[in-house]
Formats: sequence, C-alpha cells, structure tokens
Amino acid sequence: MALLPSLRSAITYFYRPMKPPPAVISSLLLSKRLSFFSSPSPTPKTFQTLRPLATTSQESILVFKNDERLVGSGSVNGIEQIQSQSSSTIAAIVTSLGGPPAAVGIVRLSGPAAVEIAGRVFRPAGKKKRKKKRISSDSWRPTSHVVEYGVVLDSQGNVVDEVLAVPMLAPRSYTREDVVELQCHGSEVCLRRVLRACLEAGARLAEPGEFTLRAFLNGRLDLSQAENVRNLVSAKSIAAADAALAGIQGGFSSLVKSLRAQCIELLTEIEARLDFDDEMPPLDLNLIMEKIHSMFKDVENALETANYDKLLQSGLQIAIVGRPNVGKSSLLNAWSKSERAIVTDVAGTTRDVVEASVTVSGVPVTLLDTAGIRETDNIVEKIGVERSQAVARGADVIIMTVSAVDGWTAEDAKLLDWIQSIKSSNGSSIPTILVINKMDCASSTCDEWVEREAESFSKHIFTCAITGEGVKDLETAILEIVGLNLIPAGGRRWTVNQRQFEQLVQTKEAFQRLKSSIEEEMPLDFWTIDLRDAALALGQISGEDISEEVLSNIFGKFCIGK
Amino acid sequence: MVTDILLGKNDNVEGVFTFFGMKFFAPSVILTTGTFMSGKIWVGRTSMSAGRAGESASHGLTENLQRLGFETDRLKTGTPARVDCRTVDFSGLELQRGDEEVSWFSFDPDFHIEREQMCCYLTRTTKITHQLIKDNLNETPTYGGWVEAKGPRYCPSIEDKIVRFEDKESHQIFLEPEGRNVPELYVQGFSTGLPERLQLPLLRTLPGLENCSMLRPAYAVEYDYLPAHQCSRSLMTKKIEGLFFSGQINGTTGYEEAAAQGIISGINAARHSDGKPLIVLERESSYIGTLIDDLVTKDLREPYRMLTSRSEHRLLLRSDNADSRLTPLGREVGLIDDRRWKMYQDKQARIEDEKERLKTVRISGGDLAADVTQLSGQPVKDSSTLETLLKKPHIQYKLLDKHGFGNNMLSRKEKECVEIDIKYEGFILRQQIQLQQMVHKQHRLLPKDLDYYSMTTLSLEAREKLSKVRPQTIGQASRVGGVSPADITALLIILESNQRKAQEQRRQQMLASLTVDSETDSMSKAPLTGTINS
Repeated sequence: MALLPSLRSAITYFYRPMKPPPAVISSLLLSKRLSFFSSPSPTPKTFQTLRPLATTSQESILVFKNDERLVGSGSVNGIEQIQSQSSSTIAAIVTSLGGPPAAVGIVRLSGPAAVEIAGRVFRPAGKKKRKKKRISSDSWRPTSHVVEYGVVLDSQGNVVDEVLAVPMLAPRSYTREDVVELQCHGSEVCLRRVLRACLEAGARLAEPGEFTLRAFLNGRLDLSQAENVRNLVSAKSIAAADAALAGIQGGFSSLVKSLRAQCIELLTEIEARLDFDDEMPPLDLNLIMEKIHSMFKDVENALETANYDKLLQSGLQIAIVGRPNVGKSSLLNAWSKSERAIVTDVAGTTRDVVEASVTVSGVPVTLLDTAGIRETDNIVEKIGVERSQAVARGADVIIMTVSAVDGWTAEDAKLLDWIQSIKSSNGSSIPTILVINKMDCASSTCDEWVEREAESFSKHIFTCAITGEGVKDLETAILEIVGLNLIPAGGRRWTVNQRQFEQLVQTKEAFQRLKSSIEEEMPLDFWTIDLRDAALALGQISGEDISEEVLSNIFGKFCIGK
Repeated sequence: MVTDILLGKNDNVEGVFTFFGMKFFAPSVILTTGTFMSGKIWVGRTSMSAGRAGESASHGLTENLQRLGFETDRLKTGTPARVDCRTVDFSGLELQRGDEEVSWFSFDPDFHIEREQMCCYLTRTTKITHQLIKDNLNETPTYGGWVEAKGPRYCPSIEDKIVRFEDKESHQIFLEPEGRNVPELYVQGFSTGLPERLQLPLLRTLPGLENCSMLRPAYAVEYDYLPAHQCSRSLMTKKIEGLFFSGQINGTTGYEEAAAQGIISGINAARHSDGKPLIVLERESSYIGTLIDDLVTKDLREPYRMLTSRSEHRLLLRSDNADSRLTPLGREVGLIDDRRWKMYQDKQARIEDEKERLKTVRISGGDLAADVTQLSGQPVKDSSTLETLLKKPHIQYKLLDKHGFGNNMLSRKEKECVEIDIKYEGFILRQQIQLQQMVHKQHRLLPKDLDYYSMTTLSLEAREKLSKVRPQTIGQASRVGGVSPADITALLIILESNQRKAQEQRRQQMLASLTVDSETDSMSKAPLTGTINS
C-alpha cells in the first residue's frame, strides 16, 4: 500500500532535471581541506587528503597546495571569496544591431560580478546624489526580478542613458548566474556607450554565443538544445575568427600589434636578466621607463580617439574651400540634392557661408560652402573670405576644390599653404581632400599636376558637380578619413573594434599598475607581471602563448647561456 | 646494463632484463638513461659510441622500447673542455667570488655545513680566438654542414656566438673549479664542435690559459630520448603500468631538472609499489609542476631547461616559500619526519607571530622614523606600525634590527620571509586571486577515454594533438600547441553534452526498470489497490 507513494517519489526524484555535479575539482577540495588542516592546531590526520577514494593505483591525485604562509596570513577571506567566482563576468548588447533603430535595446551582464559591475554604472533614480567616494563603496543591492529605474553613468560620472535595470539573481536567470539587464534607448549610440561603461567597470565583452554557452554549461538547457548550442557556438566562433581576420587591417589592430611587440621586447630585456644576470650588460632603466611611458600614452590616445560615439552624435563639419568660381556651390548643391546655394558664372557669387545637411552612412554631416578665397578689395567679399577661413579652421575635414579646366594655379598653391598652416585644436593638421571639379569640361588630361599635388592631400577625387559624378567617391573618402568605414552598422568589424577597445582598457590598467610598481621602486620581477598582463591582454584574440615567444627572443637577441 | 623491460599480463612492468641475461623483478621500474641510450659522442668530425667521455653507451634498450610501441627520438647536447687548474695563470684574471651569505637548497639547518667557498675566474675571448674560429668554421659540425641538428638555444657553442653576434669583440668565459680535490676546471661558455687538434690552440688564446693543458676536449653527445607526452604527469608511462621515465630520457637537461623529476618519479614509483594513488604536482604549485607539465604537454625540439620565465606565477613560486608550498605535501607522502615537521611548523609559527607583532608595534618619531624618512623619501606618520614602515621603498628588516625593533628569535631567512610577505602583500594576493580563478577552470579533469578524432567541432590540428598528448585536465589541454581557445570551448561543450547524454541514459534505464518493477508490482498488488480505491 505504501508502495505507490514511494514509487512516485522515486520517479519524481529521477525525473527532476539533474544538476550536473558542481565543477569544483578534487584538487581544490583538497587544498581547501588542507587550509583547515593547516589551522593552528595541526591534527595528526595527516593522510586524510591523500586517502585513495576507492581507486586503483593507476589513478593519480592532483596536488595544488596553497602556500601555507599565505593562507595563514589572515588573507584567507579574500581568497575564499574569490574562489567562489568560477568565471568572469561578461557583457554584450543582446538586442539586434544594424537594422532601423528599435525603441528599446538591452545590454546584458552575466557572471558573479554582474551586480557589482551594474552597481558601478547604474544609479537608481530617486536617491539623493552622494559623494563620489561613498558611491563606490556603497554597493547596489537589488531585489531579484524587481525592475529599477535610473541612469547609467560612464567612468567620468556623466549620464549616458536613462535605463531600466532588471536584476535576475542566480540561479533564476538565463545563464543561472547573476544577470543584470539594462534596458536602454534603442539607438546604437546609446547601447554602445552603455556597453562601454560596463566594460570599463570590469566586465568582459561576451564571446559570440557565450550567454547560451554558459546557460548550457550551467545546466540550464536540456540535451536536445545542446546540439544546437554546439553548432551555434562553433559557427559563431568561426565567424568571430573571420571577423578577427577581417579586422586585421582596421581599427586599432596595428596599434595593438605594435604595443604587444613592444611589451614582448621589454619582457625579453627584463626576463633575460632574471636568469642570466651575470652575463648581461646592466639594464637601462631610464630607457625602459621611457618606453613604458610612451606606450601608456599611445594607449590613452587610442582610447581617446576611439570615441566614435561622439562623432556619431555631433556629426562632421566639412568646409568646402577653393578659389572663386571652381564650383564649390555646385558641389554643395549636387551633394545635398538641392539648390541651397546660388550658382552663377560670376566669380565671388557666394559671399556668406552656406550650410547644407547630408547624411553619410548614418553620420550627420554639415556641408559649409564658403566664399572663394582670394585677395580682394571688395569689403563684402573680404568679410566673406575671412569667414571662409574661420570655417575652415573649425572644420573636421576640408574639401579643397580646384577646377580641372584651369589646372593647378599659383593661387591654389597659396591656398594650400594656408590650409596646411592651420592646426586643429589638438595640434594635428586637418585632413584635406582635393576635389578636381569640372571634369566634364577638362580639355586635356590633368594627371600630371594632380599626381604631383595629390601628395599634399589625404585623398583626391574627380567630380563633376553639374552631373553629380564623383559625389559617392567623395563620401567614401570622407568615411575612410575619419575612420568610420571601420564601423558599419552592427557589422563584424565593429565587434572587432569593441574587442580591441576592451583589450586597450585592460592594457591601460596593466600599465597603470606597472607605473605604480615603478614609482614604488618594486624589483624588476614585479614589472614583468604587469607587462605580461598587458601583452596577454593585447594578444587575446589569437590567444598566443607569450612564454615561448619571450624565450626565443631572449636567446635570439642576447648572447647568453653556457 | 639493462636492455629490456619485463612485462606482465596486463601491460604492467614486472622487472628488467640485463645484457648478461639476468632478470631483476620489481613492481615499479624507473628508467633514467641520461645520455647513455644509444649515446654517441662527437669531437669534430669523429664520433664514437659512448654515453659520456670514457663511459660506454647502452645498446638494445631503445629497440626494445620501440618494440613495445614507444616513440623515440634523438637529442644533442654538449660540454666544454676541461683544463688543468695547475696550468692556469690566475694572476691576471678577475676573481668571481661566491655569495657572501650562503644559500642552501635544503631547509634543514642540519645540512647547512658551511665550508670555505671556492672562487671562479673570469676571462674573455680575444681577437685571436675569434680569428681562429672564423678560419676554421668549416671544421665545425654546424657550419661545416655535417650535423643538421642544432644544439639547445641556451647552450650556444662559441662558434655560434661569434657568428651570430659578429659585432661583439669579446665574450665572457668563466673558469669554474669542478671540485675541491680535483684539478679540472670547467671552461663555461666555451663549448665547441671543433676537432680536438684545434681545441688546445683555441683554449690557449684565452688570457690566463696561454700555457694550459687540456684534460679533456669539448664534445657533443647525441642520445635517444622518449618524447614525454608518453608519460602522464606522475611520470609513469601511459602504456605500461609501473614503468616510469625520469631525467634526460624525458628530454630535459641539467641537474636541477633531473632532481625535480627524480623526486616525483621516486615518490610515485614507491607509491605504485604500495598500491597507493600516484601524485601529480599541478603546474601552479611549483617549478617542479611547471617543468613536468611543460614536458608532457609541449612539443619540445631541444633539451629542456628550467628558466624563471617559464612559470606564469613566479611571484608565488619563490625559493623563500618553497617549504610552505611543498613541505606539507612531503609530510603527507611520508618524506618529512617528525623532527623536520616540527621544525617546519615552528618556523611558520615564528614568521606568523612576527608579522602579527609588526602589525601591532607602533612608533612615533625617533631615530627609526628619521632613518625611514631619509631612506624612503616618504614621511612617517605618528604612531605608524612597523608593518607600514616595512612597506615603504628601500626599507628592509635590517633597519628594524639596527634600531632595536627587530626580533632576535628569527633567523636571517625567516626575517626575509617576513619582509617579503609584508612588502609585497598586495602583489602576492593579487596573483594568488588570479591563480585561484584560473585553477577553478583549468583543473577540470578530462576523461581518459575521450575519442578526440570523433569531435568534429575541434580543428583537425587540435584533434591530432590532443589524441597524441591525451591531457589530464582542461588546463593542460589548453597548453597543447595548436589547440586554440575556440577548441577548448568546443571541448567543454562536448564534455557537457556527453555528461547529459549519460545522465539521460541512466535515467531512461532507471525508468525502464522501475516501470517493469511497478508493472509486476501493480499486477500482484492490483486487487489490493482496487479495494482501496473502491
């Protein structure tokens, strides 16, 4: 009689989706047990940890012991706490990118530090502004599955977006880890900036399919879904590899490569001394520090210029300059497909700055048609020329227009000199495109002088403003110059760039630690740790092993060894 | 001389067979063949079968191991000439003294018997040395083109150094005495493949050695080894239970490398004989672990030498904490007796107490504070603990001693430990945390019977390499050459789905048997239940 209920419970017991055994490996158990064992009163149960667990002699025990001195030093808590964190915390935009902007987009964080990282970027509304210091120590303690409204702040404390934060604490989440989803405004710019804030706060950009992978590895999905995951992840990692390859030419990759090479070089210098000190000339510390400082600067600059979002928001200012009557206004009209500027054959028709707006691959661009620049006595035209020059100074890109009919004149040369003399606010010269207009009317080939003069410009384009020919080329040229060609909407290359961005952030952190080690005059061994971290961060995509590279460098470069 | 291995029925070792026909039986056998297995030494173009100068090679074992299915390969290494120290004029040579404070391998002070230290001497190659070598390059194996195998990178021959670093006008050569009671001097940095007739004139180009006599010429030795992926990390071979390989047979070179493997293979051979599980030192635990992990995982093309930079965790793997990392293990495997164990524990307690004391003793002003300010360039706040002082740059424990704030109960080494623990606490902790995170992921065990070839989501190269190396853990798999992070992800997925499949199967079986049981049960009990229901 009592059989039935017991039978039912047996069935339900076996029916219950079984959790996979915890991924804690025996050796860790071993070392944990050991740390108890090493507590003040050592028990005589010495062989406890090595007792065979009904094994044959073939089976071996993996030993990984903590340093007893370290364990005993009162830092146990710190380590134990971290021990529970089996993996890193990942972040990604989980709604689709690239299509027409949706109303809402979601950035998802998953992993043991998801709440902590979200707490760093998310400020719930309604709470009074607290002092910065307190904010960092005051952690966000959300209730699982309760939506909170607030804003996301970047590392400087600027508001990035208004968001809804949805905390889903382990195990009641897709990945069975702590998950926080930030629902942002749907524009790509917002989403990217929120994601970037999360990355800067310590998250790692998720690999393709990684949320699903984690869900699977944490026992969330059933077997039938498993095959799909396998295919998904392998397909995506191939795509990611492709993307990485495609991105080799673009973005920061050349910088990343060169920084990595420099790190390896420094490691070579330093590590060679660790093993072969007596055979080597002394290390030039000043030179090494100089190199580290310049690398640090490179990374900071790259991160600064990486602000594509800024560009996407504020748009580009493009000044069209040139001698009178080379067709600047016609170009503006052709480009903006309007009759915005008055066009006549009379030189000096345009007296004021004429604006027109166009969109180039989603980037708002303001075209500024200017008065032809020439020496003039006419007071109105003179003011116009001055305004032209002011506009050119403030532009992101200058288009210098010349006429194919007239060829390269002395006035053009003079104008070019002037353009080259302008420096933008950050000290670099403004990228300038040479537009050779009136191609249709060109009597003879102008290849000769174009070839000669093109060297002074970032690009040169042949156009015919009347027919609109060449405008497409011009757009492409502009995108290339400002680097926007590297981030087509939601495309693969953007992902690569985002990864490189993350690498650079990690590298910067490593360099910061390195600098403080140097300032605190730590021994050289300590420098290598952070250099290694930097090199590892920079080599992440390919996952290369550094040790062998450093070693072969050491023996290739220095004459050492018995 | 051992020429064969005696096998039992279960591919287990039973003993060895010798050249003269004797059988020796043993439950565990360690092969430590050094450079002797089919060894051949070369001086110039001339070679003879030998394991070492004056000692014959071992023959037959290679072939018999191959017959058992082992893969063998050949390595080359060299040794420089020895000169008679009585014929060297040391008067013009730079003296290289030993360390003023002697360091010991052993942590047991009973073995710290200090003796007078012998000096090494420094001499340099001259223009004539370089000329002589350049004139005779075609007489060297590498440049003459009759030996293709290059020696290890960290032991370049003198001709290699001169060719590769042409701008260097001179290279350092160290003269090292080989022992207290022997006349041999080891000419470090001067190994060469030149024929013997040129070697003495070459040595005599070195200042101080103008009239030297050569006791033994430099020679290269070529020998058989067994690529160590055939061993697991316990150093027992994967093919034959109870057979262990240790030392140069695994492709290493050097004394410390041999000792490191010796202790592991020794411990495990003994444990195997006792029927106990074998131990494996994880890579992160020690340089021994790093060495063995590299050996069995990586595809090595030259004799392996341990170098500091081979460990990713060198801030944690230091000589000052070698005991606190490994002595407890030694105790567990029965190598540390009560005396040593008590000594070890007392030492750790002293270090612990001292760190505690430094945290609590505070000073305000005074000579010590003034000295600290001056040395570190940093101000000392009132009522600073000694610990905070020690954390400042350039401040060593010695300074505390000098001002009477030290602890006389501690030995110099113990003070060093205290100093390191305090000074670098932040760094050590950070590395430790990184390590723990990694260990979590990497120490996951791989089943022994995985069929890598059937895993189509792995790259072809990864399938081949993993099948060959057969790693024990995920971490080890990730270090196998040609295995990418994507391969590891794919591998994790496969493991997980296999596990689920197995669970599913077990569940199905259980259910099936339960259904059968319940069917029979319910049939027999049917009337009963019926009555109840009604």
